[in-house]
Amino acid sequence: MTELTKLTLSAARDGLHNGDFTSAEITAEHLNAIDDAKELNTYIEVTSDQAMNMAASADAMIKDGNAKGMTGIPIGIKDLYCTKGVHSQSASHILDGFKPEYESTVTSNLWNDGAVMLGKTNMDEFAMGSSNENSYYGPVINPWRATGSDKNTVPGGSSGGSAAAVAADISIATTGTDTGGSIRQPASFTGLVGFKPTYGRCSRFGMIAFASSLDQAGPLTKTVRDAAIMMESMAGYDAKDSTSINVEVPNYEAALTGDIRGLKVGIPKEYHSDGMPAAIEKLWQQGIGWLKDAGAEIVDISLPHTKYALPTYYIVAPAECSSNLARYDGVKYGLRVAGDSLDDMYKNTRAAGFGDEVKRRILIGTYVLSAGYYDAYYLKAQRVRTLIADDFKSAYQKCDVILTPTAPSEAFNLGDKVSDPLAMYLNDVFTVPASLAGLPGISVPAGLSSDGLPLGLQLLGQAFGEEQLLNVADVLETAAGFNIKPAKWWGE
Amino acid sequence: MSVDKETVAKIANLARIAVSEDELESTAGELNNILDWVEQLSEVDTDGVEPMTSVVAAALPRRVDEVTDGGYRDQVLKNAPASEHGFFAVPKVIE
Repeated sequence: MTELTKLTLSAARDGLHNGDFTSAEITAEHLNAIDDAKELNTYIEVTSDQAMNMAASADAMIKDGNAKGMTGIPIGIKDLYCTKGVHSQSASHILDGFKPEYESTVTSNLWNDGAVMLGKTNMDEFAMGSSNENSYYGPVINPWRATGSDKNTVPGGSSGGSAAAVAADISIATTGTDTGGSIRQPASFTGLVGFKPTYGRCSRFGMIAFASSLDQAGPLTKTVRDAAIMMESMAGYDAKDSTSINVEVPNYEAALTGDIRGLKVGIPKEYHSDGMPAAIEKLWQQGIGWLKDAGAEIVDISLPHTKYALPTYYIVAPAECSSNLARYDGVKYGLRVAGDSLDDMYKNTRAAGFGDEVKRRILIGTYVLSAGYYDAYYLKAQRVRTLIADDFKSAYQKCDVILTPTAPSEAFNLGDKVSDPLAMYLNDVFTVPASLAGLPGISVPAGLSSDGLPLGLQLLGQAFGEEQLLNVADVLETAAGFNIKPAKWWGE
Repeated sequence: MSVDKETVAKIANLARIAVSEDELESTAGELNNILDWVEQLSEVDTDGVEPMTSVVAAALPRRVDEVTDGGYRDQVLKNAPASEHGFFAVPKVIE
């Protein structure tokens, strides 16, 4: 494939604005590259005709001098976002044939700025999973393989298709969603930047709900600058989402000053875990050194309730999921499986339409919310969640941002953890605490494991502290100098 | 607290998911693994701690109670597996 697919978003933007190439050209190149990478299974649906029409409109916008950061940029959209008239099923069988009559706010914002939709990306069904092996449309294959290995690895999840698409250069950037780490962990597994903003920064209107108090939109990109440009387009208050916050969207790119002198970076002692691979611990220490060299002050902090974050999450998220997914009943949209009575029709439809992991979480959620158990499980978890959020509040009295590893491992092989739900859940051990506290987080590619697979470092910020967070992430990215791409083994 | 086959059948009924007799046992095992693991929260002293209701401190927005949108019957029905006379159609519920 030619060079247009290798461009970062910011380079593509500059080239489009300068007239070096057109959106039609860059979009066509990406559509060809998608065709060449079918075996990665990243896209569930490719919207070629729509993409070329949108590219033509974008080129007109540029010609008329109305170009914005995202104008003419071809991107993939996670299947979880409702896109009018286009496949939007959260990779579930139960939404078979569903074509929304409306557009999500986040994608509307992107289209208004002239972005181009290449298609809908694969994901774990209803965003439940950490390996993208729970999709009705089959697993996504990570473009990265261990050195000298021909075994397929997972791209992480749940935004696995979105991550693999950018890593394989078949999308300049993609939208993801993050409930407990679903943007950051796949970014770490695929050598990308993955950015989850503060809860309420982006509208959730038109995002197919999983756990409403945690779900948040964000971009997967090749660089921190790209994430800044894309977030500015995605973010914003929306009257259609009462949890979106009416705070002005800043120019995030302008926040990338490269100057972090005097900034306090917290290192939480609880994030050192016994089983953590040496390469990850070493990379973390390197990251500390890089930020110190850039003039930041390193501060030891404590987040004492860290170990309780995952069990808290696995009560709160299933509870919300059991409630949100009650709407799939074979009546309003999607799959219907006949039954002798209305109740049997519901039960047959839901048994056939949901995958194993989704059913497991609905059952757990139903149990923890049921009479007699609500206080012991759900209320208890929400109390611990308050303590976890308080931990961060105390920590931010002493520091400005927090540096941790993104995930406790590199990308693992396809099939390795699929039969052990608890082992799979542990993937999110470093990402879930900030999710429970609603705080922004970003994963920055920082190095390789001993097997030659990418590893990310995570920076966590304060509520609506995205500008500072992106600025530190940019400094970390520059210092790490990670510029390795997966060796191409797929396609022609 | 652990769940047995009968409890799984009860939850599955509440969740309106058909679970076959053969699956009840294995499902109970899977759920117990997860429930045993989340049990560690009982170690945490949460006396006097308020349960989280919102991660960002914000008052819910209010607006005047007036119709601002609507009239989308056909769009709402467009994705329905079955609809008749402008309504969702379901199996007969009253004899």
